[in-house]
Amino acid sequence: MINPDRQGHQYPPAAPYQVSREAIREFALAVQAEHPAHHDLDAAQALGHHDLVAPPSFAVIIAQRAEAAVVNDDEAGIDFSRVVHAEERFTHHSPILAGDTLSSQVTLERIRTMGAGAMVTTVVQISAEDGAARSTVTSTLLVRNEEDAA
Amino acid sequence: MSTPVFEDLQKGQQIGTRELSFSRADLIRYAAASGDHNPIHWNDRFAREVGLDGVIAHGMLTMGSAVDLVSVWAGDPGAVVDYQSRFTKPVPVPDAASGSPETATARLQISGKIGAVDAQQRRVRVDLSVELLTEAATEAGPDQQSHQEPVRTKVLAKSQALVQF
Repeated sequence: MINPDRQGHQYPPAAPYQVSREAIREFALAVQAEHPAHHDLDAAQALGHHDLVAPPSFAVIIAQRAEAAVVNDDEAGIDFSRVVHAEERFTHHSPILAGDTLSSQVTLERIRTMGAGAMVTTVVQISAEDGAARSTVTSTLLVRNEEDAA
Repeated sequence: MSTPVFEDLQKGQQIGTRELSFSRADLIRYAAASGDHNPIHWNDRFAREVGLDGVIAHGMLTMGSAVDLVSVWAGDPGAVVDYQSRFTKPVPVPDAASGSPETATARLQISGKIGAVDAQQRRVRVDLSVELLTEAATEAGPDQQSHQEPVRTKVLAKSQALVQF
């Protein structure tokens, strides 16, 4: 069962993630992102970026690593085999670029129990090595109750 | 395409459209690139066991693919300072009947229009429409099928990107 008392819990930071050019290119290819600033260094630099620019949803990679702390939290009691992704939001304070080393930390922002289960919102704060906030990733999951399973 | 001039932008203007298609191979590529290896995105048996009709695309693949229209229009993907979506309907990606798993089996149409202009912050909100196109079931013969309009299903809602100028 979901434990609503876990709302507001902040988990320890995830291991830092190093953004590589190849990870940006591979992700851009996977999401069919054709903007040259994801693929070509000269194109990124012509726009004033010092390296390749990650696609707007690239931060999901980093966020999911942080969210693993919630998945592995027995006290939260969330059955992730019964989860449907409901909403996602990325807020970028500055774009993620190749060469960045980013740390991330997840908070179990909100647990709203409903008849059919619960809506669970996590917020991942992504920051640079100097501690500056870079991106915020908000993810809302619909968790179905066990007794509602077919 | 030239970069849009902020002063010329108005609510209601269209920024363009793009058609995307997904194959089973595209789902595998996204799983590898994103680290999301949930088997509902590559294994039909598993997908059916959890109540789906079969393999579906990652919601994040649909969301992530739709925004390139905005990046290209804005001229700089780094100008997309905020991007959100709600996942309303799954995108089924059936196995191709024969041949290569690179054969596209799901077709999406993305279109964007300006939903709001914030002159003070020099930001524009682009509202994206993301629709799954499926062939209408028809009793007509094969030569009439090509004239049939596809059925459109909205798969993302409140899909909004904020662009900083």
